[in-house]
Amino acid sequence: MNLLQEIIAHYNHWIIIFLMVSGLYIVVAHGNMIKKLVGLSLFQTSVYLLYLSPGKILGGTPPILSDQFTVYSNPLPHVLILTAIVVGVATIALGLALVVRINEAFGTIEEDEIFAEDEDE
Amino acid sequence: MVLLTLLAAVTLGIVRLRNLFAVVILGGIYSFLMASVMIVLDAVDVAMTEASVGAGVSTVLMLATLYLTKSQESEPTHTPLLPLFVAVATGAVLVIGTFALPPFGAADTPANTHVAPYYLENSIRDTLVPNVVTSVLASYRGFDTLGEVTVIFTAGIAVLMLLKGRRQVKPGPKRPRIRR
Repeated sequence: MNLLQEIIAHYNHWIIIFLMVSGLYIVVAHGNMIKKLVGLSLFQTSVYLLYLSPGKILGGTPPILSDQFTVYSNPLPHVLILTAIVVGVATIALGLALVVRINEAFGTIEEDEIFAEDEDE
Repeated sequence: MVLLTLLAAVTLGIVRLRNLFAVVILGGIYSFLMASVMIVLDAVDVAMTEASVGAGVSTVLMLATLYLTKSQESEPTHTPLLPLFVAVATGAVLVIGTFALPPFGAADTPANTHVAPYYLENSIRDTLVPNVVTSVLASYRGFDTLGEVTVIFTAGIAVLMLLKGRRQVKPGPKRPRIRR
C-alpha cells in the first residue's frame, strides 16, 4: 500500500524524466537534423510538464477567479510556460530554416555526410 | 496517469521510427496529448497555446521543411551504446532525485505557498482581470512579455534573412512562410 502511494506520488516525475531522457538520446544518437530538432522539442515539452505538475493542487480549479471556488492551482508556472512555448516554437523555426539552408549547401541533412563532404574540400 | 503513459508510448515511437514524416505526425499527436495533460493539470491557457502552437504551427513548419529536404532518415553509422548509456545514467540520477520532491498535488509545498497566493488574492483588486494567468502575464510581468516578443521578432528576422538568399527551387512551392 505504501509502495503504491509512493508510485502514484511520483509517477508524473518519472514520465517527465523518461521524456527528457529520450529527447537527450535523440539529440545525441541521431545524425539527421530534423530528427534532432524533434528530440530538442521533446526535451522542451518535458520541461513544460516539469514546471506545471508541481503547480497542480488536488481539488483545485484553474486559476480563473470566481465566487464558487476557493482552491486554485498555482498560476505562476502557467505564465512561465506560456512564454516558454512561444519562445520554443521561435527557436524551432530558426533551426528548421538553418536545416533548409544546410540542405541547399550540402545536399543532405545527415551529420555524417556533411562532415565527410567537409573533409573532402 | 493514462495520458502520461500514452505520452511515453508515443515518445518511444518517435525514438524508434526512421520515416521522418511519421515522426513529425507523431510529434503532432504528442503535442495534443501534452495539451490534454495540461488541462488535467489545470493549466487551461497553456493547453490552448500548446494545442495551437505546438501541434499546429510547429507541425506545419516541420512538414514544410520535410518538403524541401528528404523525409527518410539514413541508417545509423555509430552504435548507439554510448548515447544510450549517457541517457540511462542521467535518467537514473534524476529518478533518485525525485524521491526528495514533494508528492503530486500537495498544496503546502514551497512552490505553492511562496508568492502565488499574493497574485491570487490581489489580482482582482489590482487589474480587474479574473483570469490570474492573464493578469500576471500582461500586467504584473508585462515587461517579461515584451522581452518574449523581442525574442520572437529576432527569430522571425533571422529566419527571413536565412531564407531570403536561397536559390529558387524549380517547380517548388512559393517560399514557405516560416515567420510567425
